Amino acid sequence: MQLTTDRSNRGAAREEARRRKSRRGAGVSAISSVVVIGGLIALVVSSKGWPAVQETFFSWAAFKDSFPEVLRGFWLDVKLFICVEIVVLVLGLVIALCRITSAAALYPIRLLAIVYTDLFRGVPTILVIYLIGFGLPALELSGVPTSPVLLGGLALALSYSAYVAEVYRAGIDSIHPSQKASALSLGLTNTQSLRLVILPQAVRRVVPPLLNDFISLQKDVALVSVLGPLEAFRVAQISASSNFNYTPLIAAAVLYLCVTVPLARVLDRMQARRGQLDGVGTVR
Amino acid sequence: MTQTPVIEVDGVTKAFGDNQVLKGVDLTLTEHNAVALIGASGSGKSTLLRCIDLLVEIDDGDVLLDGEVITDPSCNLVEARRRLGFVFQAFNLFPHLTVRENVVLGPIHAHGRPRAQADEEAHELLKRFGLDKRADAYPDTLSGGQQQRVALVRALASRPRALLLDEITSSLDPELVGEVLELVVELKAEGMTMMIATHEMSFAREVADEVCFLSEGRIAERGDPEQVLGDPQQPETQKFLRRLLEAGRL
Repeated sequence: MQLTTDRSNRGAAREEARRRKSRRGAGVSAISSVVVIGGLIALVVSSKGWPAVQETFFSWAAFKDSFPEVLRGFWLDVKLFICVEIVVLVLGLVIALCRITSAAALYPIRLLAIVYTDLFRGVPTILVIYLIGFGLPALELSGVPTSPVLLGGLALALSYSAYVAEVYRAGIDSIHPSQKASALSLGLTNTQSLRLVILPQAVRRVVPPLLNDFISLQKDVALVSVLGPLEAFRVAQISASSNFNYTPLIAAAVLYLCVTVPLARVLDRMQARRGQLDGVGTVR
Repeated sequence: MTQTPVIEVDGVTKAFGDNQVLKGVDLTLTEHNAVALIGASGSGKSTLLRCIDLLVEIDDGDVLLDGEVITDPSCNLVEARRRLGFVFQAFNLFPHLTVRENVVLGPIHAHGRPRAQADEEAHELLKRFGLDKRADAYPDTLSGGQQQRVALVRALASRPRALLLDEITSSLDPELVGEVLELVVELKAEGMTMMIATHEMSFAREVADEVCFLSEGRIAERGDPEQVLGDPQQPETQKFLRRLLEAGRL
């Protein structure tokens, strides 16, 4: 076979070929992006109903008018999200620990934890919000809060704790039994083994799925609107129906994206790093 | 010289489901001595060590530690485990802790030693074992040989009455076996009491005062290493050693 390069400059030729390939790759991806995205935009914009849709959903004037108010409403979402998330992280862990307990005396607690996760994972979140938001105050018990924000937050916390408890439990189950044997052989008690050896590893392992649940909760905060508090979605809805223009809803959507997209990128990066670590391979 | 028994195993049986792994094992380990357990995979070596460290509950018989029946249901098993050191085949270091943190975990949390003292002792031990430069490294970044040496240091840090070593070189690359076995030989010279399950016959010959050959859950032959490994009397032992010889492992 006839080679175009001799031994001495094969390295340079290889380098040149690699560069050519990456240039070609960049060119192809740029052109295909323009064609696909441009085509989709053209399709939407040239449709018969587009002028009407543009007026009702993408009116710049309506956006500017409604945005400050929607943003104020969104602040409530953010506060609610943070408070609920903290409660969920703690309550979820407590429930997970109740589920894995093996002491006979704690059997009722374990049973309760199982019923709890089955119940709150099985019922749609919006239903839980309705039942708690309207049902609890209807009991007219003294001391039960009646603020819809508080009740909505409580409902979200109860619902999400069930999911998060299962995430924690999966993490605990994923730690190899040899780690526990190792901890016990040092003379640690069961509780110490769990606290010092199992849980730290389990929690680290479930950070990505926990973050995934965070993103989901961040959006579901909007469900609390069914109880009436003026959070972003509710504000946008009111503004939309009073002006017959849906642009405020787009404003709310943009705000939700401002939080969820960065969270998603953080999650991506974590998973990429995790992949690298796993690639090294750990011997246990 | 009278020899003080440290570990006594008396008629211990253990079954996992239908699989009768130990069928009545009697064994005495005296102070400053080393007993090597040899035998094919599945002969019960690991199970016996785990039974002694109370990581596995026995079905029948007794295990005594310094004359106390530690397999009695009324005995505090955490307390008993604190007096024994165990090194696993697969190291089982804690991957979320550094080498030093791995070593001081037992002394601080199981033995209640002050952190400063535990750190100081850990440093001394790591230095002696040539690991002090890796004290702040995580286990994943260490070679297999280094990891197993850390596991040995971790077991020693609690100043155990006896060490139980469960095939500690079986998951190492051949060129790393030496650096781990050297340490065990050193510990033996210092008078450490040890029970050692191993596939390394030359090592057993070098370090053990007594070799016990386990076959199908019983000790089929026991005695002086030279005798058991050089001139075995039982047909099972002869067969096992011949197989090793053919595999080039003797």
